[in-house]
Amino acid sequence: MAVITLTVNGQRQTVDVDPSTPLLYVLRNDLELRGPRFGCGLAQCGACTVLIEGAAVRSCVIPASGADGAAITTLEGLATDGELDPVQQAWIDEQVPQCGFCQNGQILSAKALLAANPSPTDAEIREGMAGVLCRCMTYYRVQAAIKRAATLIADADRNAGSEVAG
Amino acid sequence: MTVFTNVPRAIEKAMERSSAPSRRDFIKTSGFLVVSVAAAACTGTSTTTESAQGAGPYPDVDFRQVDSWIVITEDNTATYYVGKTDLGQGTGTAFRQIMSDELDMAYDRTSCVMGSTDVTVDQGGSGGSNALQRDGYPMRYVAAEARRALLDLAATHFGVPVAALSVRDGVVSVTADPDRQVTYGQLVAGRRINATVTGDSASSVRGEAPLKAVQDLRLTGQPLPRYDIPPKVDGSLRWAVDVKLPGMVHARNVKPPFAGATLESVDESSVSGLPGFVRVVRRGNYLAVICEREEQAIRAATELRATWQRPATAPFPSSENLFDYMRGATPTYSFDPRIVGTPDAAFGSAARVVEAQYEVPFQGHTAFGPAHATADPSDGQMTIYSNDMKSYGLRDGVAEFLDMPRDRVRVVWMDGPQTYGRTAADDAGFEAAFLAKEIGRPVRLQWMRHEETAWDTKAPAYVVSMRGGLDAQGTLVAWEFDARAADHHHVGYNEADTVLIAQLSGVRREPNRGRASAPSDMYGIPHRRTNLQVVGLPLVWETPLRTGNLRDPDGPQVTFASESFIDEVAVAAGADPVQFRLQLFRAESGDDDGFKRARSIAVLEAAANAYGWEARVSPRPVGTGEVLTGRGLAYAYRSQTVVAQIVDVEVNRRTGRVWVKRLVCAHDCGLVVNPSGVRATIECGMLHSLSRALYEEVTFDEEKVTSVDWVSSPTLRHTDTPERIDIVLVNGDPNPDRPDLPMYGAGETICKPLLAAVANAIYDATGVRLRRVPFKADRVLAALRAAGV
Repeated sequence: MAVITLTVNGQRQTVDVDPSTPLLYVLRNDLELRGPRFGCGLAQCGACTVLIEGAAVRSCVIPASGADGAAITTLEGLATDGELDPVQQAWIDEQVPQCGFCQNGQILSAKALLAANPSPTDAEIREGMAGVLCRCMTYYRVQAAIKRAATLIADADRNAGSEVAG
Repeated sequence: MTVFTNVPRAIEKAMERSSAPSRRDFIKTSGFLVVSVAAAACTGTSTTTESAQGAGPYPDVDFRQVDSWIVITEDNTATYYVGKTDLGQGTGTAFRQIMSDELDMAYDRTSCVMGSTDVTVDQGGSGGSNALQRDGYPMRYVAAEARRALLDLAATHFGVPVAALSVRDGVVSVTADPDRQVTYGQLVAGRRINATVTGDSASSVRGEAPLKAVQDLRLTGQPLPRYDIPPKVDGSLRWAVDVKLPGMVHARNVKPPFAGATLESVDESSVSGLPGFVRVVRRGNYLAVICEREEQAIRAATELRATWQRPATAPFPSSENLFDYMRGATPTYSFDPRIVGTPDAAFGSAARVVEAQYEVPFQGHTAFGPAHATADPSDGQMTIYSNDMKSYGLRDGVAEFLDMPRDRVRVVWMDGPQTYGRTAADDAGFEAAFLAKEIGRPVRLQWMRHEETAWDTKAPAYVVSMRGGLDAQGTLVAWEFDARAADHHHVGYNEADTVLIAQLSGVRREPNRGRASAPSDMYGIPHRRTNLQVVGLPLVWETPLRTGNLRDPDGPQVTFASESFIDEVAVAAGADPVQFRLQLFRAESGDDDGFKRARSIAVLEAAANAYGWEARVSPRPVGTGEVLTGRGLAYAYRSQTVVAQIVDVEVNRRTGRVWVKRLVCAHDCGLVVNPSGVRATIECGMLHSLSRALYEEVTFDEEKVTSVDWVSSPTLRHTDTPERIDIVLVNGDPNPDRPDLPMYGAGETICKPLLAAVANAIYDATGVRLRRVPFKADRVLAALRAAGV
């Protein structure tokens, strides 16, 4: 066992676990988070995605010790001050989920994609999201939501810019 | 008020307390002013279930009491308790729309609780695309009856006749004096609605109050956003995988490494020293290991040493030899041939006979999240938290399996991954309950990815031989459909003697005969013969190749054959495939149940119009570039729902890759309750079938399934998504304005035609006919090269 310190959604937390425990189980079972979920345990599907320092990471295959000291964001932590992230809002606007089980991975992967490329082309969205699976096949809607989110973010940035300028 | 979870608050609290609440606890803690559900449930008027009723904490909810379905609180909000489950198609939102319409309640003052067996009436959960077509009607009748009873109360309250009252959004007013108002909440405060409905089951409930005319429905037809989406997007939803109970332990199965293997011995010492170890549990060939923490259970299941003996004979042929095996096998069951007209004579005099054979492999559910359940055995009862779409069947099956009275078992339905039929969620529910009872602690069980992909139930494989006879004018006059389905011993839902743990424990019964199905179409072909046969694999029990229902259980397979074949016949007749089908529809003038023929014509024409179809014969001249393009069409109906789909494909002649670039669907499911929900369901269902068309195939050698993860069992990805999807909601009823326009089902019909539409488009692009699913790049490439394309 080892004491590991994680900063999850802005809160510093310590857990005492076998350091080889995949981060996913620490987040779900010790820290009671519901966003990351088990889908394959093989880093093949994306259900367990979390953001570590802004990068989309498959928490089912990285040991908790590998995230020691890192800043982790889960689906629950995307909203700020009760305001949904533009990506989440776009997901609701486009009515993306069917069962919704994979959407944690879709949303967080989209968040990372847009952070790296604020105005992706259709082809860049397809390629960038290729490793995130959905068995209800919401792909078409996910792609529409990513485009909508890009617009929402750009609009918000423009407004913020004009406020500063004003 | 919007409730973002389907779990009653009392049950959430129960999870925290880990003590099973009685129904009275539920009422007490949920803060309802109306003690209706408890009171109704305790009246015990249900005659069909009396024998199973005892002193247990979970008596059946009485479906004949309106109070069992609708609870209105003093603040004038309504909660609907329905015995259905929403698998992500938005049926919960639709239920709120239709019930609020009949009740005259504002949508946003309602919520819906679904499928938890101790607090909702038994409507069987989900299945058969019947959420609205069958089970929406009891909801509407109950809500209409509640409205009638509430207006009676209001008439007494105001001292005026009911006819002098108006009601809107749960507020009743005197029509002539609109300032005199009372809310439903004020009318029922502290009392039951106290109305009854009639019927033999919750599926056939009818009331005295008539349903509203379709033209008077205000919420029905509106694209209201789904209430379950925000909590799925913000991370607040509590899923079945999230259930956590005090004292709960984690279990993992250890599956036989070969199909039909016998467990000879288990060396518990191989894991008993591992951290968190609790128990190894064995029952026949069923083996599981339980630990305090989840990752500990996963490790222990991996490290547990067990000795398995291979079966004496091979359990099945390899997947590469499956179709030869099926053709050569002696059928386990043959249905009586269905004959229309005189097909032999018609084939004998045909100017031309076309023949073709089609093959569809086993395809799995391969649910995105593996099967799981959490079971709580406290206080002599059993509670199972599950995403199983048929929660009532799970309750009944577990009670039988564990030999417990049914009123001591309940299933709390919660959201979960991808439940399109008989999934392994059934199996996991039984296993969790069994393990919890064995060790006397709450148990959370989850299958691993390789278990889910290898051992979930499979859609049956099919080999279909077809013949068509054309007369001298190119009219299809004779048609023969000869199918073999590898479907011997098709498992049902939540059967105590066929769930996997029962099979592995050695429970045996007479295998069922399985099924084989014919396609559904409205073509006027005067002479027809349908031959259906079932074949079995050598291993009947304890096999990962067990068949069960998957989203229109046989439709995609048989429609792939029949709608590919109609295209082949159209080519032979030198006809445009749309015109050819329209002529076949119009060739028949007999009985047209539900105007299905008229609606088939309307749907096909709507699809062709939306696509911009110009008549020509397939294939188009093969292009010279690397990418060949083509278009394909297919059509089907299921029950009363009619669908036509047209696809554009690009076929890469260098790589064999097929991309469906555009997808058009015309869809008629009668009265549409929520067009936004239906469109999403159509879109996603079509892509599910596209995944089956392009990628999905269970592979196996002669001892085990070898498709076990997302690499060996590929699925559609973002990169395969069409560039454009057009969906047209048609209502082809000759009188779409009629007041009793029915609601038909959606969700499954869309899965039928797509495989054929893609194959027809590939033919149109390349002149090469693919008759085996899936159209994987290597197979497409081999077919193109063989044809010199």
